[in-house]
Amino acid sequence: MDQVKNFTKGFIRENPVFVLLLGMCPTLGVTSSAINGLGMGLATTFVLVMANIVVSLVKSQIPDKVRIPAFIVIIATFVTVVELVMQAYVPALFESLGLFIPLIVVNCIVLGRAEAFASKNNLVSSLIDGLGMGLGFSFALTLLGGIREILGSGKIFNITIFPEDYVMLLFVLAPGAFIVLGYLIAIINKMKKA
Amino acid sequence: MAKRESTFINMLLVLTLVALIAAGTLGFVYVLTEDAIAEAKIKAQNEAIQSVVPGFDEIRETIVVNPDEGPEDLEIFPAYAGGELVGVAVKSYSMNGFSGHIGVMVGLDLKGNITGYQVLGHKETPGLGSKMGIWFNNADKPGQYVIGRNPGTAKLEVSKDGGEVDAITASTITSRAFLEALNRAHAGFAEKILPELNKSVTTP
Repeated sequence: MDQVKNFTKGFIRENPVFVLLLGMCPTLGVTSSAINGLGMGLATTFVLVMANIVVSLVKSQIPDKVRIPAFIVIIATFVTVVELVMQAYVPALFESLGLFIPLIVVNCIVLGRAEAFASKNNLVSSLIDGLGMGLGFSFALTLLGGIREILGSGKIFNITIFPEDYVMLLFVLAPGAFIVLGYLIAIINKMKKA
Repeated sequence: MAKRESTFINMLLVLTLVALIAAGTLGFVYVLTEDAIAEAKIKAQNEAIQSVVPGFDEIRETIVVNPDEGPEDLEIFPAYAGGELVGVAVKSYSMNGFSGHIGVMVGLDLKGNITGYQVLGHKETPGLGSKMGIWFNNADKPGQYVIGRNPGTAKLEVSKDGGEVDAITASTITSRAFLEALNRAHAGFAEKILPELNKSVTTP
């Protein structure tokens, strides 16, 4: 299999957020700022890569009928590791992502890649798939968070772009997430066709 | 490698093994990060105390108080400079934020005037209620500035409720909860620290 293609597919062609529409809960929930989106994306990337590696290593040892519970336990373990490490070394980021970290467990992307890719492919392909998908997810979340932050609070990565008197608050709130996501999906689809 | 058959004994063995390894890994990581997590919490707390109480060199033993039988205890950190009490930092809270719990570290001088505050944790709406960290700390807008006020003598409530403080635009609920946390901090101070101070004044 072509590994370059395998890696890049997560960015546009099979982007988890814009094309596969997986993992909408953290996507809409945490992207009120670019840094939150990036933090969530990178945490998910770590879990994706580790879970893909382990699943592809043990795939032949796990009986088909119990594969989903086994995958979930593996994923949940890595999520808890991320949670503990973030709490210990980046408490500020942990504070703002708080609730959403444990939710990585039920993020469809992670289980989806374990089931659809890692359980059928070898170690290297699975690692690259996890990395590509994870970075594609991070890219999507950062873009979404960045646009919402600029429109909603006039800042990007906490650097002020324009004064707060002219912001459209709607964009940091829940409806703004849906509006921006809708437009981004439309743009990406148009780009894919072209 | 051939796929393992889905027999009962295989499934039992594999799931047990997966769960055991997962539990072992988690236990290991927990032990590894336990100290760092505790340290990070203490560091955040110390930074908060430093930002709300000016000029102290020593924090003495924490006093725990619960002025209104609320769901949480308040912690009072007495701040000393050169062996004399100069102020306290009170770890206060409100349960009535727009999305529940708000934690605030409140600094008070010996008269009960607010010397500073820092929001420790909240789940308020970004862009609205989350502004409380700067809104009430804006010296250019006296209507919303709470530093220097005394919750014991002034009516520290939002102006809509007949108080003296301008609420955050479009976030009255958050503002009410925030002021509740300030008042609660002062209530704890009035219960535990003020009587001690008055005693030492009357009996020289």
